[in-house]
Amino acid sequence: MKIRTARRISQVFFFSLFCFFVVITDLRYLKGYPASLFLEMDPLVAFATAITTHSIYKGLIWSLVLLIPTVLLGRIFCNWICPYGILHHFIGWLLGKGRAADEQVRIESNRYRSLYQVKYVILIAMIVAALFGTLQIGLLDPICLFHRSMTTAILPALNLVCPSTFYVRQYFHVGAWVIGFFLFLLVGMNVVIPRFFCRVLCPLGAFLGTLSSAALWRIDRDPHKCVDCDLCLKNCEGASDPHTQLRKSECFVCFNCIEDCPEDAISFKFMPQLQHEITTPVVPVRRALLGSLIGFGFFGFGRSGGTADRNYDKKVIRPPGSLEEKEFLDRCIKCDQCIRACPTNVLQPAIFSAGLEGLWTPILNMKIGYCELNCTLCGQVCPTGAIQRITIEEKTGVGTHAEQGPVRLGTAFYDHGRCLPWSMETPCVVCEEVCPVSPKAIFSREVTIIKRDGNPITLRRPYVDPALCIGCGICEHECPVTDEAAIRVTAIGETRSRERRLLMDGGDTSAVRQLEQRQR
Amino acid sequence: MNENPDSNLPDNKISRREFLLRTGAAGALIAGSAVGGMALWQRKHIIPGFEPQKGLQLPSYALAPNSSLPSLAIAHGTEHEKTIRAAIGALGGMERFIQHGDVVMLKPNVAFDRPPALAATTHPEALRTVAKLVLEAGAARVFVADNPINSPAGCFLKSGLRAVANDLNLDLLYPESHSFSPLQLKGEILKNWTFFHEPFKKANKVIGVAPCKDHNLCHASMTMKNWYGLLGGRRNQFHQHIHSIVSDFALMMKPTLVVLDGMNVLMSNGPTGGRLSDVKPMGTVVAGLDMVAVDSYGYTHLLERDLAELTYIHKAHDRGLGNKNWKDTNHREVQAG
Repeated sequence: MKIRTARRISQVFFFSLFCFFVVITDLRYLKGYPASLFLEMDPLVAFATAITTHSIYKGLIWSLVLLIPTVLLGRIFCNWICPYGILHHFIGWLLGKGRAADEQVRIESNRYRSLYQVKYVILIAMIVAALFGTLQIGLLDPICLFHRSMTTAILPALNLVCPSTFYVRQYFHVGAWVIGFFLFLLVGMNVVIPRFFCRVLCPLGAFLGTLSSAALWRIDRDPHKCVDCDLCLKNCEGASDPHTQLRKSECFVCFNCIEDCPEDAISFKFMPQLQHEITTPVVPVRRALLGSLIGFGFFGFGRSGGTADRNYDKKVIRPPGSLEEKEFLDRCIKCDQCIRACPTNVLQPAIFSAGLEGLWTPILNMKIGYCELNCTLCGQVCPTGAIQRITIEEKTGVGTHAEQGPVRLGTAFYDHGRCLPWSMETPCVVCEEVCPVSPKAIFSREVTIIKRDGNPITLRRPYVDPALCIGCGICEHECPVTDEAAIRVTAIGETRSRERRLLMDGGDTSAVRQLEQRQR
Repeated sequence: MNENPDSNLPDNKISRREFLLRTGAAGALIAGSAVGGMALWQRKHIIPGFEPQKGLQLPSYALAPNSSLPSLAIAHGTEHEKTIRAAIGALGGMERFIQHGDVVMLKPNVAFDRPPALAATTHPEALRTVAKLVLEAGAARVFVADNPINSPAGCFLKSGLRAVANDLNLDLLYPESHSFSPLQLKGEILKNWTFFHEPFKKANKVIGVAPCKDHNLCHASMTMKNWYGLLGGRRNQFHQHIHSIVSDFALMMKPTLVVLDGMNVLMSNGPTGGRLSDVKPMGTVVAGLDMVAVDSYGYTHLLERDLAELTYIHKAHDRGLGNKNWKDTNHREVQAG
């Protein structure tokens, strides 16, 4: 079997595996599959979160596995495993210069350019930002980017055309078009520069490229056999200059050059001579400095908006099990796996409500969904522990967790002017009906009023007990005033942050709660 | 590269030295990552917000009990300095409290950005006199610190306390974010709270210098309520359980001495005041070792109200944190010269 065939089999396999994981990340199918395996294998995710948190969360330890082939063979991940790279490879072949009749056009399009240093500048910026305390690799890490695009743009769009393919009910994602636009833009760039994303932007590629400086095997050209025809560049995916000194950190190990060489001058060798290669990535010091400044700026200017601090947005309601906001931003890679797994569609990518740093991180939108009481799927699929893998018992505060009480996401507040029984002489209290905690956080008091027409009417007017409300938002979701509900949850009272609690004692002195504790 | 000894070798032949170096580097990279990764591996999840809380314990700064000397002194007079000196003198002089070389923390109430005449903050002359007495007694270093409600720089400037600190070379500490650490307490409500720890890292004596004020919610702000200014964080939650919290302050802080400045008392519209008509001259300074006793005198004789309504005093008394029956304590009432 030709090595190119083996590579194509690998590409089809890993791309299919990725799509399989994307599709089965759904309450109906998710039966213990490692749905976030690609993210957990991603060494940049593990490395960058280790910088921000000094820990490697649960499954991220799998990323060590990927280090071994990289340190031995180079960036083999980029052209054999990476589903986003495979997508770009395929689109480049389909729409780009990959099938151009003129060999010279293809050869020229695959020559190394200094533009390809940009990914190292991006990587430096992201690592510097992480050192200061904001994790931004998810913006461009290919696995995060592809998961996010699949979840918020591709699947919902396909499901619109073919209903019931991926969802029981159509899913919506705030700002889906922005993510879809970027996907099209990045994929479309293959027409201009083959593997544009992989060569120019990919921070994971830059990270693996740096690691592959130590690789023991690499593509090697025998100068005695080489006739300088440059045909090795014809299909060179990485633009790594196999026709001269190989740029080791740029080579995707696609092996096309070996098969394209008419003279058999190129081979994959164990420890060829160092003087025939450019071992490490080439990044001028001034560009690296620029990258550091961008990283600092992203942290400094992003954080000084105060959105992670005192100026937090009432609508930044995080999924159950989320860490305190700054620690959350230390871990969230914006892969949006939680959004994919959420069975009610309540999780949405934030645009700017969570600040520049929180772009595309998950927040709850009760207009679209609500947080299901007996569900912790978001935490089950989160690869980095931004949403910790809490159990149902820990979330609902039962059994051994009764003393600390439930995880609260926020608190519900009434807007009397919009509430039917409060302002419009009309019975309702759907909110009380659907309130899922016991005893109910929403209770109502009966009042008899004289209506406008002079007839008496008895109404139940609803109230919230802040000591019992968990902020799940089903009251807001089910409120008949659907454009802007008469009861709305805001982030205050969330238990993940001691700074954002509403009640001094966590509700311990609530009369109902005391009664509940006595009964226990 | 021309000087590389390997260049003499035939193609694709590398020296043993280079082989060892390169395989060693690759192996070290993998092994190092594996060791580092395993060391940092977080195998278990946490439940965010419910982690066990830890905090520092504050020592007692109180003197050993001495029944032969008064524990409460009430001085009447017309001038701050003379009246305060008379009150402290009646307790046995500052030498009873401060020894040579002591590091003293003075806690004024600078909660608001107000001029001294409005009596919403500790009067600069009160702080000056206490600081002078402390320095005269041989204190090596004196800290002045508070975490105001209003902007700290403005409060210290306009209350006149910054000028006092400058004049007497006191160490004025602003509440900066690094100045706080969590404090552990077995309070009724206060269990773990962020605390203005910076001055207490060095101080071995603590003196509260409080104004006597009306308070909209808890009726009065005197020497017990003054310790509110040592806490940080979400203090606006304290109001949900204000009387429990104020009595918790008596558990939290065991001061060496408290001074209640009743020369001019904020009788109404507290704790901020705002009009001179809210202020009444009462010409009295109360000093004592037991802030519950000091405050019960202040409430009945300076604010001239019924002690029955001051829930936090009764809570503190019932919890054994002080004696609300000031008349039962060893007290002296003096007239300043």
